[in-house]
Amino acid sequence: MTAYQDANGEELHEVRLTVNGTARAARVPARRLLSDCLRHDLRLTGTHVGCEHGVCGACTILLDGAAVRSCLLLAVSVDGTDITTVEGLAGPDGTLSPVQQAFAECHGLQCGYCTPGFLTTITAGLAVTPDPDDEQARDMIGGNLCRCTGYQNILAAVHRAAEITRERAADAGGRS
Amino acid sequence: MKPPPFRYSRPESITEALALLDDEAKVLAGGQSLVPLLNFRLAAPEHLVDINRLTALSYVDTANGAVRVGALARHADLLASDAAAAAQPLLRQALRWVAHPAIRNRGTTVGSLVHADPAGEMPAVLALLGGTVHVASTAGERSIPASDFFLGPLESAVQPDELAVEAEFPVLPRTGTGTGFAEISRRRGDYAVCGVAVLAWLAADARIGGASAAYLSMGPVPVVVDLTEAVAGTAADAATFPAAAGLARDRLNPQPDIHATASYRRHLAGVLTERALLTAVARAREARDA
Repeated sequence: MTAYQDANGEELHEVRLTVNGTARAARVPARRLLSDCLRHDLRLTGTHVGCEHGVCGACTILLDGAAVRSCLLLAVSVDGTDITTVEGLAGPDGTLSPVQQAFAECHGLQCGYCTPGFLTTITAGLAVTPDPDDEQARDMIGGNLCRCTGYQNILAAVHRAAEITRERAADAGGRS
Repeated sequence: MKPPPFRYSRPESITEALALLDDEAKVLAGGQSLVPLLNFRLAAPEHLVDINRLTALSYVDTANGAVRVGALARHADLLASDAAAAAQPLLRQALRWVAHPAIRNRGTTVGSLVHADPAGEMPAVLALLGGTVHVASTAGERSIPASDFFLGPLESAVQPDELAVEAEFPVLPRTGTGTGFAEISRRRGDYAVCGVAVLAWLAADARIGGASAAYLSMGPVPVVVDLTEAVAGTAADAATFPAAAGLARDRLNPQPDIHATASYRRHLAGVLTERALLTAVARAREARDA
């Protein structure tokens, strides 16, 4: 694929990604995890790495719109894809996304380490299930660990985010 | 931790992929089991052959009396397929229990079969239904029945020079049959402490004709138990199936681990057998009455 090598003689591969709407490229060894490629090569440190084996969900990003664990993907394997990280959730003017707004309102975070994974997971979840009942909301966040909050405020934030999304849609509709 | 170094290939065709497979190679599909093993350095393949460009294998096909799942179809693709759920309801019943949505979005059904984790849901489904895995190599193709496919924990019959290209699940016969699935895990989406898939059918007199079950996390491979002797002739509207629960407890020999003792697992097998049977028989009655 390429003839590039790093200082240790390990072969490097060219990876092109669209990250939060911007075309990005990096030269990485095949074993570079996508989570490390985002954080170290592209300097997008919003994506957090917790367990590095797929259990905690902190590193969840959106890959072509679907929530996935970035620690369980090789960067080279997702060459050419469209990625959204937590940095890409807010609007261009800095307006918080509905899920971010709901976390702020409902006190859905304490230390914040797990928060990027929850925000991306819930963003993707609400796209599929816009009006979740309590069980669906619990199911939505079942794959993410939080050691601070006890989850109740995060659960409230899922419902509030659904509400904010509807409110904003109604506002936009009313103005047009 | 981080994966150890490996050589990496990303073939654009099945032919190219097969030419790359040998004793040093390992296939990367969804990677939701393989990448954790690499991160822990429990696996250190010399050469990784990434099949994510083989989009011709992304299919879920329900024509011709079977649900055929290509090697690159994600769990989420199969779960979302209404045609697959109609043809073989057990697929959707079981897939809801496979990990979390973020894992199902990337992990493949064929990959989970080849990975052959005894705690995996889909190996038990393939075993119960008597499905088949079709594999290919440069030497040709072969079809491996489920009964010959699972050799031990994390060991399937697929050879290092072979690519599993398709899993074939038989469809549910239309009349008087039903399926059920039940599982207990410590957290939704975690590995099953015990799980069971059940297939039940009604007799001509509308009583239960028979049933079979496949258990996960109850042995080194999926364990299939014929429950017919315990349920045949029972009223189809029975609320409990104590004989089937007893038979399951007698036949299974689970191992203890940090999550559960062997006796607790055996207890769960009885309880879950009854739950899955209730669902399967109810579905069979719906199918008969429809």
